Amino acid sequence: MQEARGKKSARLLAEATARDSYSKLVAYLAVHTRDVAAAEDALSDAFAKALTEWPEKGCPTHPEAWLLTVARRRAIDVARRQVRGIEVERQLKTLSQLGTEEVSDIPDRRLGLLFACTHPAIEPGIRAPLMLQVILGLKAATIASAFLIAPSTMNQRLVRAKNKLRQAGIPFQVPDKKELPQRLDTVLDAIYASYSEGWNDPAGTDMTRRGLTSEALFLVSMICELMPDQPEALGLLALMLHTEARRSARRSNDGAYVPLNEQDPDLWDSVLINKAETVLKQARTPGKIGRFQIEAALQSAHVVGRLKGINNWPVIKDLYDALYELTQSPVVGVNRTLAVAEVEGNNAALAILDELAENRQMTEYQPYWAMRAELLTRQGDFGQASHAYQVAIGLERDPAVRKFLRQKQSTCVAE
Amino acid sequence: MQYLLLIYANEEAWDSMSPEDQEAGVGAYIAYSEALAESGAFVGSSRLSPIATATTVQVKDGKNQVLDGPYADTKEQLGGYYLIDVADIDSALSWAARCPGASHGIVEVRPIWEMTD
Repeated sequence: MQEARGKKSARLLAEATARDSYSKLVAYLAVHTRDVAAAEDALSDAFAKALTEWPEKGCPTHPEAWLLTVARRRAIDVARRQVRGIEVERQLKTLSQLGTEEVSDIPDRRLGLLFACTHPAIEPGIRAPLMLQVILGLKAATIASAFLIAPSTMNQRLVRAKNKLRQAGIPFQVPDKKELPQRLDTVLDAIYASYSEGWNDPAGTDMTRRGLTSEALFLVSMICELMPDQPEALGLLALMLHTEARRSARRSNDGAYVPLNEQDPDLWDSVLINKAETVLKQARTPGKIGRFQIEAALQSAHVVGRLKGINNWPVIKDLYDALYELTQSPVVGVNRTLAVAEVEGNNAALAILDELAENRQMTEYQPYWAMRAELLTRQGDFGQASHAYQVAIGLERDPAVRKFLRQKQSTCVAE
Repeated sequence: MQYLLLIYANEEAWDSMSPEDQEAGVGAYIAYSEALAESGAFVGSSRLSPIATATTVQVKDGKNQVLDGPYADTKEQLGGYYLIDVADIDSALSWAARCPGASHGIVEVRPIWEMTD
């Protein structure tokens, strides 16, 4: 009994260490060897060994150092079995030198690895998946489902990206001051992409996806902690905290979708909202404004407007104008039209939407059609509104949102 | 490239739905077809009659074998298909995820064999 409990706690400790230390240890090994795949393999072997040995022999005093030592030995074994060449010699030399360092306090190299995974030389579409696998240890199959890609394809793309990391001379370090703002943008983009994919499951029924939003939050918090004076990182953190704060209000008790303007503010998490507001204030730097800070400010304006019952649309429109000018993103363009409709009227908003429709991507973009339907309904053009709702429903993945749109569509009848 | 989206679902689940839910279900498919048409990806689509109407035929060693029922005896049965024309597999998968069949059943995505002449 006692023994069984001991084994169980050793297993739990191994698993907890795995979670906490995985990225740190992969980063530490990979930053030195430049071989991410080999670092991952060596560590997964080390964790397997920990799970069998710790319950028998008890946990080591420095679990991380133990894992690193075992992983390092495995990596040396693997390298020795490879065909000797300059590359292998270099690996072996690096790995043997690693052992002489004091490892009880392993330096945190995760930021360097994060910048490597999101380097401009890595194809944009694979940066977020690569980051999720390398930094967080998510399985290729899990990432594939979240990004709607076949697992075999995702695996191939990840392997290719890791080869490129090894071979293309991509630096595994935080870029210097001059380069930093631009490079940080690609890091934050990748984190935001992971967050959005996770958010596509608003009901939170899919565990892997809900996991993705919290993993993204973890990553951006880590950046804010290790680089506390980056306004855009703080902006992204504030944006995510605001969205998280409203998670439980997005669904009614029977699972129906509830849009922001119909949500019950009592269901919002005020602790998270306050935290978001604090972070946003901290981000404010004179003369410097970026995309994520504006998006967070928009969230803030929506929330404050609702909580205080004030008409915040002029502020929201100004923020959207600034965001659109900065990003020129059609997605922002579509969201902006509602603010235009509230401030300048329906005709102005529909004209903007027509302009956006010249971009062919809009034909497959659900929010464009839902927005079009909303504005046409307000206009009293029920025939066209109904068609737009129809297309929006057809483009929606989430049954609850489909149902919500269907209800809206059913109101599109002339009285 | 053309892809066939095969929709597998449990027929009994459909039969046990209320008429309102069935109507909503059909409505979701109509909307999906319209969205496909709007984007220019729609090539063709059909819903199949219930599996009770299925018959299988096999000719083995010159002998015919005709059997009642579907080929595979599984809970989820082929109930319909969409043939779509899109740029690549990524786009085909995102259309598959939007298909109402993905919410109440399973959608299998198969590229159409391309003939080279």
